[in-house]
Amino acid sequence: MYNEVVMDHFRNPRNVGIIDDADGVGEVGNPLCGDMMTIYLKIDDDRISDIKFQTFGCGSAIAVSSMLTELAKGKTVEEARNISNKDVANALEGLPKNKMHCSNLGADALHMAIQDYEDKKAGISRPGPARKEIHEHAPGEKCYCPYCDVEIEEAVKFCEACHRELEEEH
Amino acid sequence: MNIVNLDHISSNPLLSEVKEAMIDAIQNDLHNPSSQHKAGEHAAGLLESARETCSQLINASSAREIVFTSGGTESVNHALKGAALANGNKGNHIITTNIEHNSVIRSLKRLSSQGFQITSLPVDKTGRVLPKDISNAITDKTILISVMHSNNETGIVQPIEEIGKIAREKKVLFHTDAVDSVGVLPVDVKSLNVDLLSFSSNTFYGPTGVGGLYIRKGARVFPLLDGGVQENNKRAGTQNLIGIIGMGKAAEQAIVHMDKRMQHLQELKNYLVEQLPSYVDEYLVNTNLKHSLPNLLNISLKYIEGESVMLMLDDENVAVSTKSACATGSLRASHVLLSLGLSHADAQGTLVISWGIDNTKDDMNKLLSALKNVVATLRHMSPLYKKQKVKI
Repeated sequence: MYNEVVMDHFRNPRNVGIIDDADGVGEVGNPLCGDMMTIYLKIDDDRISDIKFQTFGCGSAIAVSSMLTELAKGKTVEEARNISNKDVANALEGLPKNKMHCSNLGADALHMAIQDYEDKKAGISRPGPARKEIHEHAPGEKCYCPYCDVEIEEAVKFCEACHRELEEEH
Repeated sequence: MNIVNLDHISSNPLLSEVKEAMIDAIQNDLHNPSSQHKAGEHAAGLLESARETCSQLINASSAREIVFTSGGTESVNHALKGAALANGNKGNHIITTNIEHNSVIRSLKRLSSQGFQITSLPVDKTGRVLPKDISNAITDKTILISVMHSNNETGIVQPIEEIGKIAREKKVLFHTDAVDSVGVLPVDVKSLNVDLLSFSSNTFYGPTGVGGLYIRKGARVFPLLDGGVQENNKRAGTQNLIGIIGMGKAAEQAIVHMDKRMQHLQELKNYLVEQLPSYVDEYLVNTNLKHSLPNLLNISLKYIEGESVMLMLDDENVAVSTKSACATGSLRASHVLLSLGLSHADAQGTLVISWGIDNTKDDMNKLLSALKNVVATLRHMSPLYKKQKVKI
């Protein structure tokens, strides 16, 4: 089901944990959609000097989080902002299509953490981490039927290939 | 590879007696049981002997009430679609429950697109449908009731006998999907008051791809497959004789060893339930321990997700399932567990542990030690675990 790179990051996840005095914390997802990630950033001289994650989710969600932290570590804030979910999936040498949407949330969580860092710098405070509840589709990002993996239009309620109703968002 | 198989609900190994019977059948070049020459009659004899044994396994009145199929899914499709088509002139209402297997759900969905009205009833917190809810749902248009005997994710056994009584009184056809029960528990079609019952060979250590449908004499059900006159005109197509011979042998063994097997399976279940708290904390037992299969336990481990647990246990050479294997492709929380009232987060952390006659307490010990480490690793990684701890 998963390739060797994904399994390696799942088995030996890098940068697991919490940074107590984090400069930015970002959170994405919720248990309803299956996966949830929190990213902690330590930033020195505009560069990510440390990054940690916590993830509730399937094998690919854990691998994505791990790979994301590897990609972001040492990068400037600007460089990190340009890391996309697709970059993470590519670095993992691919994810099963039906997992692309629900577990590939790492970059979103990173962006939220950067947002949190910048808000704090600008004097904006919030009670918890910066949160993004629902994974939004980036323009051009494709949707796949969660049942049969066939590419489908966004917002369709019925999969033409497997004839299943798609009650929730895909 | 030395794998501890605690995923028997997905696949059971074949008994050595079954393998021998099937190899023997292959080597003897059996002919078509419908042919009238000696070779055909010999094959027909083997076919009917397997039918007789299967009918004894479920205490049918006659072997003629057993139709051989390609497995549980075909049996269910045949029962539901065949009954709906044959009785559509009497009404169009069908009653079922919210916890059925996909073969029932999707067959009924298909029928609903053809004008049949489906009432799907909830289960209570213990995972069982209330017979009075079934009784209240029956209208003068009701032609069929379908309630599963035991659930493939939780192992919970439904009050089929009582529902059967109601169905019989109201003269409504009653089907039960007994795919995970037949050959494991004593199942008696007479005391259950069922008209139709689906079963599968692999549940009792026969080959996959073979099963049966019990159709009580006099029940009006159309065939699903039209063609030749095989199976007393109820299922066309030359039979999978080698598979059926395997199922017949497995049924014979199930009848002989039923009590001993049940005792062994129940002992393993008691042991697992007793030992779990010494290895993991903060989990839910989703299986109703009073009314359930002796060979399955469904638990939800809080703050972690089932696929991760399954993959990590797999690395420790322990095979379990995170929910029905047929459902894992859907990436959706199990409808069965949500019906029990579980939260989405708890439903995500679900493990289905199922064992067989070949498992031992030592296998359970291996699972428990591996599980302890896996749960600790994943909780350390989980943002939900941290939050919970802060709240306390």
